Amino acid sequence: MDWGQIISNALRSIVGLEAVIYGLAAIGLNMHFGYTGLLNFGQAAFLAVAAYGLAISVSIAGLPFWVGILAGLAGAVVLALLLGAPTLRLRADYLAIVTIAAAEIFRLVVRSATLRDQTGGSSGLPGGFAPFAEGFYDLNPFGPGEYGFGPFRFSERPFWALVVGWTLVVLSCLVIFLLMRSPWGRVVKAIREDEDAVRSLGKNVYAYKMQSLIIGGLIGALAGFIFALGRASVQPDLYGTELTFFAYTVLILGGAARVFGPVVGAMIFWCLLSLTDNILFQAIDAGYIPTWLMDSNQVGQVRFMVVGLALMLLMIFRPQGIFGDKREIALDAR
Amino acid sequence: MRVRAWLGLAAFIGALACVLGVGAVPASAQTGGERVTGVFRFEGQPVEGIKVTVTTEAGQPAGTATSDAQGRWTVELPGPGRYKVELDKESLPEGVTLRDPDRTSLIVPVAPQQRRAVLFPLGESTRKTQSTGERAIQLTVEGLRFGLILALASIGLSLIFGTTGLTNFAHGELITLGGMIAFYFNVTVGMHLIIAALITIVVCGALGWLQDKVLWAQLRRRGTGLIAMMIVSIGLSIFLRYVFLYLFGGETRSYADYSTQTSLSLGPVSLAPRDFWSMAIATIMLLLVGYVLLRTRMGKATRAVSDNPSLAAASGIDVERVIRLVWISGAALAALAGVLLGIAQQINFQMGFQVLLLIFAAVTLGGLGTAFGALVGSLIVGLFIQLSTLVIAPELKSVGALAILIVILLVRPQGILGRRERVG
Repeated sequence: MDWGQIISNALRSIVGLEAVIYGLAAIGLNMHFGYTGLLNFGQAAFLAVAAYGLAISVSIAGLPFWVGILAGLAGAVVLALLLGAPTLRLRADYLAIVTIAAAEIFRLVVRSATLRDQTGGSSGLPGGFAPFAEGFYDLNPFGPGEYGFGPFRFSERPFWALVVGWTLVVLSCLVIFLLMRSPWGRVVKAIREDEDAVRSLGKNVYAYKMQSLIIGGLIGALAGFIFALGRASVQPDLYGTELTFFAYTVLILGGAARVFGPVVGAMIFWCLLSLTDNILFQAIDAGYIPTWLMDSNQVGQVRFMVVGLALMLLMIFRPQGIFGDKREIALDAR
Repeated sequence: MRVRAWLGLAAFIGALACVLGVGAVPASAQTGGERVTGVFRFEGQPVEGIKVTVTTEAGQPAGTATSDAQGRWTVELPGPGRYKVELDKESLPEGVTLRDPDRTSLIVPVAPQQRRAVLFPLGESTRKTQSTGERAIQLTVEGLRFGLILALASIGLSLIFGTTGLTNFAHGELITLGGMIAFYFNVTVGMHLIIAALITIVVCGALGWLQDKVLWAQLRRRGTGLIAMMIVSIGLSIFLRYVFLYLFGGETRSYADYSTQTSLSLGPVSLAPRDFWSMAIATIMLLLVGYVLLRTRMGKATRAVSDNPSLAAASGIDVERVIRLVWISGAALAALAGVLLGIAQQINFQMGFQVLLLIFAAVTLGGLGTAFGALVGSLIVGLFIQLSTLVIAPELKSVGALAILIVILLVRPQGILGRRERVG
């Protein structure tokens, strides 16, 4: 087994595109779940709306790249309003069910054959046909070549995506940090602790929750852009419910209601997944694991089992994650 | 105590692995160049001897193939490109027809190293003229069948929610588990499906009890919050779903019995006999559940716990015992739903997960926590899904059901049979 390769892959995934995407998605969720106590199980929909908004406006409608970005962001705001309007007045589990249903509705609609001309159906919109991603890579200031050092070497296109992605992560963290120090942030956290108390102080709880849903959704939309641009394609089935729950695992691992919790969570999460994947692959190649027990197709399935188990165990034994504060986790149904 | 619980969990997972492991078929790796391939099946049976000719777009012959005993055919191609695949209508056996008689040749693009699957659906022509009224009646019956199966699963979910407050995202996996254990006893062991189904219900009931004992009862004792438990159930759902995939494989398979039946026509309705039986079994089970809930001491106790656990406990009801029974019966009902769903639309590792959201829709529609609401909600969702195909594409039928879930929350958040109480 080539341990050098395994470790260098694991190190790469600490800064890799997945860590960026899931980090951003989890920062958005942190706004919803960690700070406001909103149980959004449809974060995948915010990513999908943004990715499709960008891809459709640029590739199908032929609009400029920046208009596509605006369309994606506008899509996320509209989605937040649509989801929040019926459910933010109801109990937490209603929001959970409605958001997960909305995410599936969006995925099923964009993958349907009826809309193949607009959304590409189940195969999605590749960047190759009508390259929405080219608008992004045209902005790349880095010429052809390799950038970085040690195991962290990337060619110019992924490097550009990573630079933009990590910039967005830092900016989002800054926004969350500033918001949470502001009076607005204190009201939002108070809503998480006791909604009725806040209401009795004359605050419009519904409006605050809606604002939180929109802000978290916009950060989710940034994750959607990076997801679409990094792969240079948009595929409906990548935006399934698993994406949302991976983001929850990332958030809870790092620690909810902490500014850097989701970011550190994403780094550790993808580093660990890369380790298990690579170790299993190499063990199968080297014959340490007999093929009747596991073949290389099944390694990807083990990843999901690990995540599911991790989510359960974290929630049971350490709901505050690595950096969280147990007193700050909203875990009672309201 | 905790050690025992974990040993129990390990035993549960181990038992699951043993039960499902034998059914697993290792996927074989395929390598090689470009090819087009396909399978001919007519009414569930493979069809041998159908000739397929492949030419390049320019008209150069690329190869021919004849389907083998499994109905399979494959043509190796010289390279990537666009090919015309043509079916020889003369080679169709007596009585076997194309579903679309004009669809005998197709032009398909083949990418480098792609194994391109080409489908010529065989079967009775679907272009039979049927009036909208007749179609509506047919779809109503199909909707009722689906709704009854959903109801079996959603009553369990609703009772568990009512008695423990848990929104169980792993309920879909109880359905899949039922379908798979029945598959194991039916196909791998070789029992008749009815015996296999009975064993499955008992096994799944026991597993429901075990799941409650090693997981949920412990969490309740620790005082874990409801949202935390909901997230635990999501983790469990992901974990179990991929255990099923690992052991069963990604393909869709059917039971050995009742998979091929000619449909029976009753007036405008034509359904296979198995579908009528499914509906009858589901109806009897639902009536039984209704009787138990309304007339027996245990049922009254269950409803009392659903209403107010503390008051029920204060009046001398053993709440934990009620919850245990709810878990056992909920898992057993979900298993039966899994078997019936497996008969209706075959078995797959995510069959339960695919209907989970519809079950949520049904339960919310009827009123969270009310058993009869779940029944009414399921029937409405089932009917709505099937009847909506009159106006929207069938692939979008679940979308309609999920959309009414959102609409109902706007206008009547407590559901149809839910009491008007504050849910905010």
